[in-house]
Amino acid sequence: MILDQVVTGLLTGLIYGLLALGLSVIFGVMRIVNFAHGEMSVVAMYAAWAAARYLGLDPLLSLIPIAAIFFGAGYLLQRGLIQPFVSRPDYMQFILLISVALILTNGALLVFGPEARGIQVDYAFDSYEIGTFLIDKVRLLAAGAALTLTGLLLAFFRFTLTGKAIRAAADNRTGAQVIGLDIGKLYAVTFGIGTASLGAAGVLMALLNDAIPRLGPELTLLSFVIVIVGGLGSMTGALAGGVLIGVSEALAGTLLQPSLKSMFSFALLVLILLLRPQGLLGERS
Amino acid sequence: MLDVENLDLAYGDSRALNGVSLSVAAGTITSVVGGNGAGKTSLIRACAGMVPAQGGRIRFDGTDITGWAPHRICDLGLGQVAEGRQIFPSLPVLDNLELGAALPRARKAAKQSLEKVFALFPRLAERKAQRAGTLSGGEQQMLAIGRCLMGLPRLIMFDEPSLGLAPAVVKEMFAIIEGLHRDGMTVLLVEQNVVHSLKIAHHAVLLENGVAAMAGTGADLLADDRVRQAYLGL
Repeated sequence: MILDQVVTGLLTGLIYGLLALGLSVIFGVMRIVNFAHGEMSVVAMYAAWAAARYLGLDPLLSLIPIAAIFFGAGYLLQRGLIQPFVSRPDYMQFILLISVALILTNGALLVFGPEARGIQVDYAFDSYEIGTFLIDKVRLLAAGAALTLTGLLLAFFRFTLTGKAIRAAADNRTGAQVIGLDIGKLYAVTFGIGTASLGAAGVLMALLNDAIPRLGPELTLLSFVIVIVGGLGSMTGALAGGVLIGVSEALAGTLLQPSLKSMFSFALLVLILLLRPQGLLGERS
Repeated sequence: MLDVENLDLAYGDSRALNGVSLSVAAGTITSVVGGNGAGKTSLIRACAGMVPAQGGRIRFDGTDITGWAPHRICDLGLGQVAEGRQIFPSLPVLDNLELGAALPRARKAAKQSLEKVFALFPRLAERKAQRAGTLSGGEQQMLAIGRCLMGLPRLIMFDEPSLGLAPAVVKEMFAIIEGLHRDGMTVLLVEQNVVHSLKIAHHAVLLENGVAAMAGTGADLLADDRVRQAYLGL
């Protein structure tokens, strides 16, 4: 029973990892904290819901086009709105992105209304019995998709020239300028990638949770906790933090009460900040 | 090949360059010498498009590049080995080099360029999998030069390449620069190591408080009393 919950938490945590990766990548490269992170992924949840409701698309299929659209939107948002703020003080960036967050939340409220929107797939109640474990099919598929996408992202940053160029710009901005990397474009691509990850994570979460406007700030906060626990700017750290928080939430929900799960996550955050301020896989600066 | 005309540059209220003119002829080594804060680095950063000039013109090979973005200037073949080396410390040596060839002009030739750089700096080949930040100072300078060469520059601007290096390595560094020149590279060299850089220079400019105070051949400046007193302590 408890082990079942650990597995459930682990699977949810893989989706959290993808979600947090979006925040981590953007911060790691351009030192901008995306305060509209959770709100953006709620928009993706609604997009998945609308695709399922009106086009009959399974979220596992609408995942790709929605992530692609989110990439484009993130790219344009960076070029048009965020780039002028990159070298401005932190509080200005903060206000800009909080405004974006408010616009998105209220926009969702306006378009979709305050009630929860859930997706019903026909395999919603299927489950697999593996040994003594009982695993939801939906959760397993969503987690598998999240893990695949995370792996692809990590490979992109490790093996492609653009991925390496983005890491180089994060490592030494002046150095990147010196050898003629187009920093503005790399930043826009990075924001696009971060937005695509949070979008994909939002679509996958829509399989497990109902979309509701007020979920945005919760997801933003959850992602902050994960990224700090895993290590700011570390991509594998985001994944590890996601899994850890996922498991901790699931255990808190079973052993105590579901409503206490956030308290557990924050307790974990405080512990990490006390004992290992750079996060699990972060590097000391 | 590189022509700077009446360049003015200021950071806020402090003027870094005041009507500086300078010409680097193809196939030569041009040295810019001067003390700390004379504006040497500002000159290079302005040519590279990394800081905007307030006045004057910069032309590279006849193209007016004043106000251009750094990546466009680099892609014309105006390369730079920057002050402080500016490598990517957490990336492997090989990735550092590969990124030097990310410019559109250099991408196709990346493989051959890498072979050439490894032939020039065998030590980089030995350490290609190592994180660049773990290299010694001299090796990092070689990496910075190798990375620049990967972009197939036609002119390289060196900013204080000998800074912070051991004397034996400094000698090696100047030998490398002369070697590149022998192979046809045009060089703009900015240095605090006045003797060395004037010795190898065809043409030299003395920069003082953001003004080109003197120009001539390297030997002219080396023989000048003012230069000898102020910079050589003779």
